[in-house]
This record gives sequence, structure tokens and C-alpha cells, in this order.
Amino acid sequence: MSEEIGTETAPADPLSLHVPEPAVRPGDTPDFSTVRIARAGEVPRPPVDVPPDDIRDLAFSIIRVLNRDAVAVGPWAGLLSADELRDGLRHMMTLRAFDARMMIAQRQGKTSFYMQNLGEEAIACAFQKALEPGDMNFPTYRQAGLLIAAGYPLVDMMNQIYSNERDPLKGRQLPIMYSSRDHGFFSISGNLATQFIQAVGWGMASAIKGDRKISAGWIGDGSTAESDFHAGLVFASTYKAPVVLNIVNNQWAISTFQGIARGGSGTFAARGLGFGIPSLRVDGNDYLAVYAVARWAIERARRNLGPTLIEHVTYRVGAHSTSDDPSAYRPKTESDAWPLGDPVLRLKNHLIELDEWSEERHTQAEAEIRDEIITAQKEAETHGTLHSGQHPSVRDMFEGVYAEMPPHLRRQRQQAGY
Amino acid sequence: MIEAIRDAMDVCMERDDDVVVFGEDVGFFGGVFRCTAGLQKKYGPSRCFDTPISEAGIVGAAIGMAAYGLRPCVEIQFADYVYPAYDQIVSEAARIRYRSNGQFTASMVVRMPTGGGIFGGQTHSQSPEALFTHVSGLKTVVPSNPFDAKGLLIAAIEDDDPVIFLEPKRLYNGPFDGYHDRPVKPWSQSDLGEVPDGHFTVPLGQAKIVREGTAVTMLSYGTMVHVSLAAAEAAGVDAEIIDLRTLVPLDLDAVRRSVLKTGRCIVVHEATLTSGFGAELTALVQEECFFHLEAPVRRVAGWDTPYPHAQEWDYFPGPDRIGRALQEVLEV
Ligand SMILES: Cc1ncc(C[n+]2csc(CCOP(=O)(O)OP(=O)(O)O)c2C)c(N)n1
Ligand SMILES: [Mg+2]
Repeated sequence: MSEEIGTETAPADPLSLHVPEPAVRPGDTPDFSTVRIARAGEVPRPPVDVPPDDIRDLAFSIIRVLNRDAVAVGPWAGLLSADELRDGLRHMMTLRAFDARMMIAQRQGKTSFYMQNLGEEAIACAFQKALEPGDMNFPTYRQAGLLIAAGYPLVDMMNQIYSNERDPLKGRQLPIMYSSRDHGFFSISGNLATQFIQAVGWGMASAIKGDRKISAGWIGDGSTAESDFHAGLVFASTYKAPVVLNIVNNQWAISTFQGIARGGSGTFAARGLGFGIPSLRVDGNDYLAVYAVARWAIERARRNLGPTLIEHVTYRVGAHSTSDDPSAYRPKTESDAWPLGDPVLRLKNHLIELDEWSEERHTQAEAEIRDEIITAQKEAETHGTLHSGQHPSVRDMFEGVYAEMPPHLRRQRQQAGY
Repeated sequence: MIEAIRDAMDVCMERDDDVVVFGEDVGFFGGVFRCTAGLQKKYGPSRCFDTPISEAGIVGAAIGMAAYGLRPCVEIQFADYVYPAYDQIVSEAARIRYRSNGQFTASMVVRMPTGGGIFGGQTHSQSPEALFTHVSGLKTVVPSNPFDAKGLLIAAIEDDDPVIFLEPKRLYNGPFDGYHDRPVKPWSQSDLGEVPDGHFTVPLGQAKIVREGTAVTMLSYGTMVHVSLAAAEAAGVDAEIIDLRTLVPLDLDAVRRSVLKTGRCIVVHEATLTSGFGAELTALVQEECFFHLEAPVRRVAGWDTPYPHAQEWDYFPGPDRIGRALQEVLEV
């Protein structure tokens, strides 16, 4: 008692600003000992109509299916057949090989810029498999797996990356800023977080129209700081919109560690709790876990039970983009120390453990995928690359600004000689 | 130019503890263009720090700090990402002095890389200066070389009003004359790359004549100053080229003097044409110099489309387009 009075009356020290710092920087030994990771199979699977208040702890744990021995365990396991798992593995392997190939193409000057998905392949690839045709993703630039798992042709992805004459977006967009309505892939903005609330609007539209379609919003850990993220949560909460709100926490936002965006909150998933939105964390490097959680959330949305917030916990293994060099701000070996392992390897080992896959088949699949990608690349390059061959025309630049070209733009097009 | 910008902040932080610098990736890493490299190490994390990715947050917090008495100099990673902060800039920073009758002010600088020429597509290429010049209460600055960048930035930080400081990113590593297929020349090979040490200012509101001439006045700023010079040279025109440097407040005297002398004027900017700053300049020239004009004032600007990726050099108002406008103005 007297102590309390003492602290109240003693003059406080002058204020000082708190600026969070990551545990390690270049030169230090990577340390993820503070990352609390639940055992695989440990987290219960509630019914989809569970009251949000009953599952608040799911915002602080991590749902995992594959254990260290690559065995699928616990209540979230058992949803995918061996064929489906092999498909999933193939999608992830394709995405990884595609990225590697396009990184080289960028270095060769065939395009201006690239962003890879290395280490995060399971998230988009598994999530897409839980959606139905007609559902719509509002992706960021790091969800190319949605397209690959939806069967979008690799050659079209490359045509876009090369801004060549077959580019479905007519050279207007930065490489990898894809758009394919038919594949449930909304046009990527490039301005962070703007599309999170749009996903909610899309879901609300489906509800207004009495349809059965749902939507999925996507955002990175860093981008959750934007106001649009919070707008998305409040609209989703108020209107119980049929939307799955995905946060991909890959630990980094360019050079900024996740602690800057997360602040004093325990987890990113916990952001949803104040809005009364069921909020879960999932091992983003575990294809089976991502799929199971996606299915759960999508079913909630489809049954008009409202939104779900999912934090996919993963690690950005590569550089932010081809314009970035992470060795300036994080230890080079940090990704090796990441405790959730590699998503491709984990699913591969699981299939081998099930006796549904082998090293030989894996090597063969790698070769097939490489051939498939090289074939696509050869075809794409016959249609041009950024600095050589055929391009979208200058005419294309003036089109599509409006539904109908207004006179002033027509005049400008003529001035440009087209 | 990156070093000059960093040096300006360094000089100000050294002289005045109230100067603080923050933004996305600005602290430990020193900014994606490295403009703040070393500042956190030198001045500590409470004077130079990383922020959450929230442009509204960055500018809103800066306003609060400025009202308290600090002098924040904040970075928006690309001008294309300033829009979430637009409300804070327009409704708040620009008007706080006015609406509180000077009880609160927002002495702060919002720096941001602007303009294209780097194959950055629609979200790394925009030139939004007119969105700021249209707002009363803001000053808007666009340097075209390292010397001016340093002097103007120091003047902006020391200014008592909010300043929007647009840094043409295509000029960060060297002057760019619009001939994109020629090798890039670094600033070290240019006189304008020589920047004095220590404190000096280039006052806001003073234009600079970068080439004296008699045939036509060319008004421009930022990257387009260099492109205008190259275009005039290629066309063999004795142009008087004015680098406005500050758009608001504008050095109208310099503009008037020159146009009264040449009787002809073209305005060059990279931003889209319609309602661009060129419209303001053209109106002013018409109001001030009408009876001395021998030809209509022409604007050369970006087309009224979003900034494309593949067609970057068809979009960019390069020397050819400027050359044609020069011809048109001189033929009359
Ligand atoms: C509104 C806006 N502000 C800033 C940027 C620049 N920027 C591009 S990516 C990025 C980091 C995003 O990090 P995160 O959300 O964690 O996604 P990740 O890249 O890790 O997938 C930043 C700051 C932007 N694109 N849009
Ligand atoms: Mg991230």
C-alpha cells in the first residue's frame, strides 16, 4: 500500500520514446526462441458456428497438422486425398521453379522487376484449392500460387511479366501484378492494403444479391498498419460479410521486422478479436494446415456465419523484390533458422511417409516441371520481352482509361501518332 | 543527389535537436533509396526511426509532433503512396495555422520520390505535384540537381509551414536528359553534382535561369529541366530555360521577366496534362504577359493516362515531343 502511494507521488523519470527492434541484425546469430509454436495436432478444431468468444485462444496459438516426422496428426488432419496432396506438391514446386526461372529472366534484362514467393508457396496454393469457381481473391503481389493452383497458364503469366504483345494486361502493369477474373484473381493494385476492404465489399455484394459466392482478402504483416486494413475489419464485422481475411505474416516488410506493425499486440490474428471476428493462426508452411483452416473459414463464409481472420505464419526466404538486398538488415542465415521449415520439403516428406511418393518421383517431377516452364518461356519469348520483340502498341496505352475514349484523349492519341 | 538529400537532413539534425526523421524502412536500413542511411546510427532511434506502413499515420503523427514544436522531416516511400496521407496533408497540415489562428502550426517536410523513367509502372512513376499546389497552406518544392536538393531541403526543414518535397527519382543517380537509350551519366561528372559541405540554403520561391536565351521561354522543374535543355539543344533553339524549383510559392517575377523578353513560352512537365501545374503556369503567363505574347503558350506533359509499364518511353514527354512544341511555338 505505502509502496503504491510512493510510486504515485515520486516524480516520474522523463519520458522516452519506445522504438521496437528485432532480436537480431546482420552479423548476429538468428534467434527464433521467442516464437511460440504449438505442437502439431494440439489445437482443437471447433465447429464452424462456434461463438467467436469461445475461440479467442486460437488467435495466439498455431494450428499445425504435419509433425516433425511428416505425419498428419490432430483434428485438422485428414481432409486431402493422396492425389490432392500430389497436386498440391506439384503446384508448389511449379511456383518455386517458375520464380527461379523468372528471377534469372529479370537478371538477363528480359523484364524490369520481379517478386518471388520463396518459402510461402503453401499458403496461396493450398488456399486456392479450398475455394469454389466464382469465388474471388483480392491478392497481394505475393500470391501467385493462387493462379497456379487455379490452372492459369504459365505462359500468360510470363507474357504479363515480359509486357509483350500477348500480355493480357497490355503492358500497363508492373511485372507480376496479374489480373484474371476468370481465375478468381482480382487485379493487383500495388498500393498496399487498398484491396483488403474491397474484398469485403465484394463479399457484401454477393450477400446483397443473394448469391453463394464468397471472397478472400489478402494482406502482408507490414500492410496491416494501413487504415484500409482496419476499414476491412470493421465492415466485415458489422455486415458479417462472407469473406476470409488473410494476413500473410512472413516476418518482414522490406527491411522492417514484423514488430513495427504488430506493436504491442500479441499476434496479428489478435487484431480481429476487438472486432468480434473469429481469428486463427496457422502454420503457413504446412500445406495441410493451411488447407484445413481455409476450408473451415470458407465454410463459415458460405454458410452466412460471417468473416474469419487468418494469420498465416511463415517466413519471407527471398529478398523483398529484385530491388532489395536483405543482407543489409537481417542475418543471412535467418531463413535456415526459421522453425517452421520448408513447405515443399514438408509436403514431399509427408507423401513419402504415406508411401505415395518417392525421391525418384520427386526428381522426375522436378524435371517435368522444368520442361514445362522452359516450354512456356520459349513460347512467351516468341511474343517478345520487355526490351525486344513485339510489344503492346502505343494505342493500347490510351485505351481502357475510360469505357469510351473521351475527345481529349483521342486528341492526345492522335498527337502521339496513333 | 541521394547524398545531398541525406546531407541536408544530417546538417539540420546536427544543428537542431527538434528535427526528427521517420518513415517506412527509413531507420535501420536508411530508406529504400538510401536517403536516410546512417542517420539512425548517428542520432539514435528516437530521432530517426522506422514506422508502420501507414502513410496517414506517418503524416498524422508528424503533424502532432510539429504542433508540439518538433520539425519532422518524413519520407513517403514513393509519391504514388502518399494518397492515404492526403487527408492529413490537405485537411490538417495545410490548415492548422489558419484555423487555430497560429496557436498551432505544422512546420514539417513530407519528402517523396516522384516521377518516372525507371520502368516502375503505375505505382512507382507518378508526378502528383498539382494535387498539392492546389491546396492553400502548402508549399511545394521540386529540385533538379544535388546542389539545389540540399539547399532547398534545408530551407524546407527550417520553414515554418508544411512543405511537400518531391524528389525526381530518375535524377537520384545522375542528370537525365530524356535520351533513355544513352548511357547514364553520374552526378560526379556534372558541375551541379558539386555540393558544399555544411549549412546553406536555396530559398524557397526563387526560380533559376539554367540557360539564357531569346527565342522562347521554357518553364519546367525536376527531371524535365534536363530534358528541356537537351530538347532545345537538339532543336537548335535559343531558348531561355527556367527551373522553377519551387512551385508554391512561385517566382512569378522570373517567369514574367523572361516571357516579356522572349514573347513565347512553353511549359514542360511529366505529370498528366489536364489540370496539371502547367495549366496554372499557362494562365499566369496569359494574365501577366498577354500583350507581349507572339504565340499561344504550349504545354508538353504526360498523356492523360495512368503511367504505363511497357510504353514508358511513349508516355514520357521526351526531347522529340518538346522539340515539336518548340517548332510550333516558333513558327507562329
Ligand atoms: C500504400 C503503400 N505504401 C508503401 C508501399 C511500398 N511497399 C511495397 S511492399 C512494402 C512492404 C510490404 O510488406 P508486407 O505487407 O509485410 O508484405 P510482404 O512484402 O512481406 O509480402 C512496402 C512498404 C506500397 N506499395 N504501398
Ligand atoms: Mg511481410
